[in-house]
Amino acid sequence: MASNVMAFQGARIEAPTWGETLHEWVTTVDHKRIGLLYILYALLFLAIAGVEALVIRIQLMYPHNGFVSPQVFNRMFTMHGTTMIFFFAMPILFGFGNYLVPLMIGARDMAFPRLNAFSFWLSAFSGFLLYFSFLGGSGLYGAGSAPDVGWWAYAPLTARAFSPGPSTDYWTIAVLVSGFGSIGTAVNLIATILCMRCPGMTLGRMPLLAWLYLTMCGLALIAIPPLSASQMMLLVDRYLGGHFFDTQAGGSATIWMHFFWIFGHPEVYVLVIPAFAFISEIIPVFSRKPIFGYPVMVAASVCIAFVSTSVWAHHMFTIGMNSYANGFFAITTMAVGVPTGIKIFNWLATMWGGRIEFRTPMLFCVAFLFQFLLAGLTGVMLASAPFNWQLGGSYFVVAHFHYVIVGAILFCAFAAFYYWFPKVTGRMLSETLGKWHFWLFVVGFHLTFDTMHVPGLLGMPRRIYTYEAGRGWEGWNAVVTVGAVIQGVAILIFVFNLVRAALTGPKAGNDPWDAWTLEWSTTSPPPEYNFATLPEVRSRRPLWDLKHPEDPDWKYE
Amino acid sequence: MTHLAGTLEIEPRTLPSKGKVGMLTLIAAESAIFVIFVIAYLFYLGKSLSGPTTAILRPPIFFTICLLSSSFTVHLAVVALRGGRRAPFLGWWVLTFVLGALFLLGTALEWKHLIGEGLTIRANLLGTTYYSLVGLHALHVLVGLVLLGGVTMFALLRKVGQAEAEKVDVLSLYWHFVDAVWVVVFTVVYVVGR
Amino acid sequence: MTHLLNIFAPESTPAKAIIDLSVVVLSITAVIFVVVASLLVYAIVKFRATPANADREPAQVYGSTQIELAWTIVPILIVVVLFAATARVIHAIQDAPQPPDAIEVTVIGHQFWWEYRYPALGVVTANELHIPVSDPSRPRPTFLTLLSADTDHSFWIPQLAGKTDLIPNRINRLWMDPLRTGLFLGQCAQYCGTQHAKMLQRVSVDTVDEFEAWARAQQEPAVQDESAMAGRRIFETTSCINCHTIRGTAANGRFGPDLTHLMSRATIASGAAEITHENLRLWLKSPDAIKPGSLMPAMNMSDAELDALARYMASLR
Repeated sequence: MASNVMAFQGARIEAPTWGETLHEWVTTVDHKRIGLLYILYALLFLAIAGVEALVIRIQLMYPHNGFVSPQVFNRMFTMHGTTMIFFFAMPILFGFGNYLVPLMIGARDMAFPRLNAFSFWLSAFSGFLLYFSFLGGSGLYGAGSAPDVGWWAYAPLTARAFSPGPSTDYWTIAVLVSGFGSIGTAVNLIATILCMRCPGMTLGRMPLLAWLYLTMCGLALIAIPPLSASQMMLLVDRYLGGHFFDTQAGGSATIWMHFFWIFGHPEVYVLVIPAFAFISEIIPVFSRKPIFGYPVMVAASVCIAFVSTSVWAHHMFTIGMNSYANGFFAITTMAVGVPTGIKIFNWLATMWGGRIEFRTPMLFCVAFLFQFLLAGLTGVMLASAPFNWQLGGSYFVVAHFHYVIVGAILFCAFAAFYYWFPKVTGRMLSETLGKWHFWLFVVGFHLTFDTMHVPGLLGMPRRIYTYEAGRGWEGWNAVVTVGAVIQGVAILIFVFNLVRAALTGPKAGNDPWDAWTLEWSTTSPPPEYNFATLPEVRSRRPLWDLKHPEDPDWKYE
Repeated sequence: MTHLAGTLEIEPRTLPSKGKVGMLTLIAAESAIFVIFVIAYLFYLGKSLSGPTTAILRPPIFFTICLLSSSFTVHLAVVALRGGRRAPFLGWWVLTFVLGALFLLGTALEWKHLIGEGLTIRANLLGTTYYSLVGLHALHVLVGLVLLGGVTMFALLRKVGQAEAEKVDVLSLYWHFVDAVWVVVFTVVYVVGR
Repeated sequence: MTHLLNIFAPESTPAKAIIDLSVVVLSITAVIFVVVASLLVYAIVKFRATPANADREPAQVYGSTQIELAWTIVPILIVVVLFAATARVIHAIQDAPQPPDAIEVTVIGHQFWWEYRYPALGVVTANELHIPVSDPSRPRPTFLTLLSADTDHSFWIPQLAGKTDLIPNRINRLWMDPLRTGLFLGQCAQYCGTQHAKMLQRVSVDTVDEFEAWARAQQEPAVQDESAMAGRRIFETTSCINCHTIRGTAANGRFGPDLTHLMSRATIASGAAEITHENLRLWLKSPDAIKPGSLMPAMNMSDAELDALARYMASLR
């Protein structure tokens, strides 16, 4: 903080007290601080949800294990899924967006700084509300604890009749409120990107990260409200005697499924598109080449967002839709693989002919490419509706989506951590610890999630607290658990690296990676006002132009 | 930064107003919520197992005219404020408020009638979907009235002048949205659905 | 016996059709994986930074329209092929006509057990489905109508068919024509509450004669065993009759499984325990000891009552 402040003769500057620092952070409207709050908040919930995952895996290590009761197990998988999606993935991605977008478009802050803070605190409150359910969920009749209806909360399991007590309401209200926070941040990011770019930065010269966040927020704006609406309807059912999902009154259980997945499928693209954003910034820098096919990358991303709104019922292939509906959703789901594949090829082409440096961020990017490819291909298998009738609802699906969320999204988040940590803290993370983190995590990840496909193929459904011996599931489940533990160890190494480097890491300077986007033109960490003077850009890589005045990008774009 | 020979000129541009963009994106999200309630309403038409049917619904023509004209009056208010004419602005603004309040009154009267006919939110599928959809809209009208009232207060304290015209315009976008939603709800409930 | 639920060991036409389709899908995805992964490996090996090229930036290439077109068109073609193969199988399975002599079973999903009703045969049973084997030259499939009494469930016997959900207020259909006799296992595949994991299924594919003998036995009212009369009296005077049916007695409840021919089954509590005398008695004493969270209440009976009741249950052959 003091590195770029001029010293005044005779002035005494006292360090702030703990109370003052806390007050500063709680009342901040600075996008960088809010971004960090989101990220730290997300890391906390990553740890909590990770512990829940370990409980699940220990229970499933062998058949008829009694590590936890069925009631506790059902809460574990509900809370694990809900926490990871809404209180880890969304906050961490909004956190990176908050921190990076204004810097990368040459702005001083977000469009609506107070809305920014309000959105964060809404989301933060809702996470704690969800976890308060462990204490308060038993309500008046001791009927509950944390929610145990699965993170999709299918009707009519969530009706009063089948879920007495307030545990389901903790899920409903916490996720509803966090949805409002997400909508607030989406509004803010869109307004920032459209209205606050620095001079010269046309939409065609924005970093791909800005395009991808714009796309993600547009998608979030139309994807999250259906979930909010469904949750309002569920509250009407549970508290006002409504019948939205009351099958006894002629209501429909499948309409909850449609509404939920109209949210749920675009939601996973809301999560993966920022991951693409990180990769699209990092791979070029470590391949020493610009991103291959910038306009196509933009078009493909927008195309993915649009098509993703038409695929939702591939989560519902088994509910008994007619053959035309099943066919429609099969083809749209297969179709969304086309622009996604194009992106993989473009990243590959960026590396092709480059000079690849395998620093830790790039290691995570390379692993991402392999893993995302595999995840996409198992997705194609699941898109084939009849094959889905066997694979759906089983551990094959669990393996597939963890392959995407962990193998793609989390790996990209790790890459982003290693890449931008120097900018945020002014210090470098340890490459040695980074490599330990990377390799241990890769081993644990593949041990768990490659193996996990097999029990699915052998008929093991998901969301079961135990299983019968003699079905060939035991050995695979044990291996899956071992991998989970290894991943846990890798994450501990990562956290240790973060803390130690933040306190005593080597100084990074403005631009440790020799990169090309605007955030690297200011100090590390940036001052509160981001830039001394607002930059003017003439190409997609303004720092390349500065470093190579004889061969600027704007001659070729 | 050294001045480079052959440097590309930066084109001048005007970026959109962030207030407008912010409000329009919020409207997009709110529209998505309403779409889901409309779908639920249409899906459940005719599916109630018992209880009152759509025959008891009476289209609130007068109150609809009130609400839709309030879009016109709020527009006139904004135009007046942009021109710096505070008194006409306040007049049209307060008239907008009154028309909106009348609409809510009409909704309350209509609900009183329907409850008398036996249609409550728990009566059947029609009751649940009708009160939820119309109620969600009425809630948005109420929020709009609170916002309009707030601006009225500031205007009476002489703090709203030409410089605030842009912000007031952004607020009026919300009011137009509320009216547009009513056009859709009215059509779905009282025209298509009956 | 292991691997009784392997989707790659189909024993019925719809399951086989799925696996045939999966061969197409897996072949195509395997080729895509090998091609792209090889290119990736090649790139990270060939284009890595070495001391030799350390000082120069490589050629800055911005894109190529032809390449973009190529790798757009080829995936689109792949999608078309995949979809054509998929659509054919969707239609073949879902729109298969029901032959007039098909066995019809109505399956009603409950928390946490399966009710099976054969309307044409007048048979009602629970948890263990019996169907006749189907001769490929003269197929006699079984068509299931899937209903639910409470929440969502899913019927999944991997070797016989893909899964289809049981959803309240909705009628779903599923068919299978098992091509060999034997025991096929499965379990509920849609989370339905606390004991979702123990909603197991046993499908006994019998020869035609065996099936008809079984059906005839199931049609009979309950065996009247004089030595078990004490237990029967307890059953009829406790609230058991409100939930269970035993044909030929006053019990005609439908909330719980039909117990008329309980002992013709191999397990109780939908597969949660084998049908031994000890398990029967334990279940009656404390259902939570076998299946915590099941909807059968503990009736707080004395040891003598439990003994008598268990003896009565054991008499329902």
